Amino acid sequence: MERIKFKLRKLSMNYKCKVGCSIENLKDVRDFIRGSLKNHGISDLEISEIVLALDEMCSNLMIHAHHCNPDDLFELSIKVEKNNPLVFELIDDGTVFDINEFTTPAIDSIVHEKRKGGLGIRLVKSIMDKIEYQKTGGRNICRLVKSVHFN
Amino acid sequence: MIHIKRLQEDGADIIALIGEIDASSSIELDLAIAKSVGEGFIKILVDCSALEYISSAGLGVFMSYIEEFKDRNIKMVLFGMSDKVANTFSILGLNELLQIGKDKVQAKKIVNEL
Repeated sequence: MERIKFKLRKLSMNYKCKVGCSIENLKDVRDFIRGSLKNHGISDLEISEIVLALDEMCSNLMIHAHHCNPDDLFELSIKVEKNNPLVFELIDDGTVFDINEFTTPAIDSIVHEKRKGGLGIRLVKSIMDKIEYQKTGGRNICRLVKSVHFN
Repeated sequence: MIHIKRLQEDGADIIALIGEIDASSSIELDLAIAKSVGEGFIKILVDCSALEYISSAGLGVFMSYIEEFKDRNIKMVLFGMSDKVANTFSILGLNELLQIGKDKVQAKKIVNEL
């Protein structure tokens, strides 16, 4: 009897959600990210860092590009493919808020100037491997890439 | 969504954070600390044992008080953080700039020695 070998291949998974630009929605965004990343063998600590970085990116987008207008929507997509870097995309049609164009303030100056902002950009840059922006047909795509360990 | 409770023990004001602090709720943390300072407390303990999440907006609130507290000789110690929350503080090295104790007992000891 011939044995048939099945090659098990976990397909890549895509998760998408649309979010209104109200900072009240950040909690739901975090739950969506956690829900998408769980059950893929990614550690809780890595998931929590990713949630932190994306929370920051989403709140920046809501506040700076859309002035917290709840009727403005953006799309968040998450691509999970085993043993490949995770890819996150934030897609909107507002003004581009490119964090690569912001110089990261030193922690000392944040303390000294009693700034409440500036930390977030540092966080995103420390957590994510790559942050790139692309503009196509009136839509801005901000793509963030992060290598993680899959168990 | 964050709930904040305050209670006083041994002359210290204990601010307990329950839930998640993000861009929409960091103002409440700011107000709670400002209130404690306004009431004249010079020993402030921040109970993070029920804090499930803190974003950079919340970290920024703590950072914004560092200089003022130094100038006014106000001592603040955070305690009871989960591993995830503690990690958030350490990514940016804020654990070096803020006083962080393991639990309330240790936090009281730190605040009294500062």
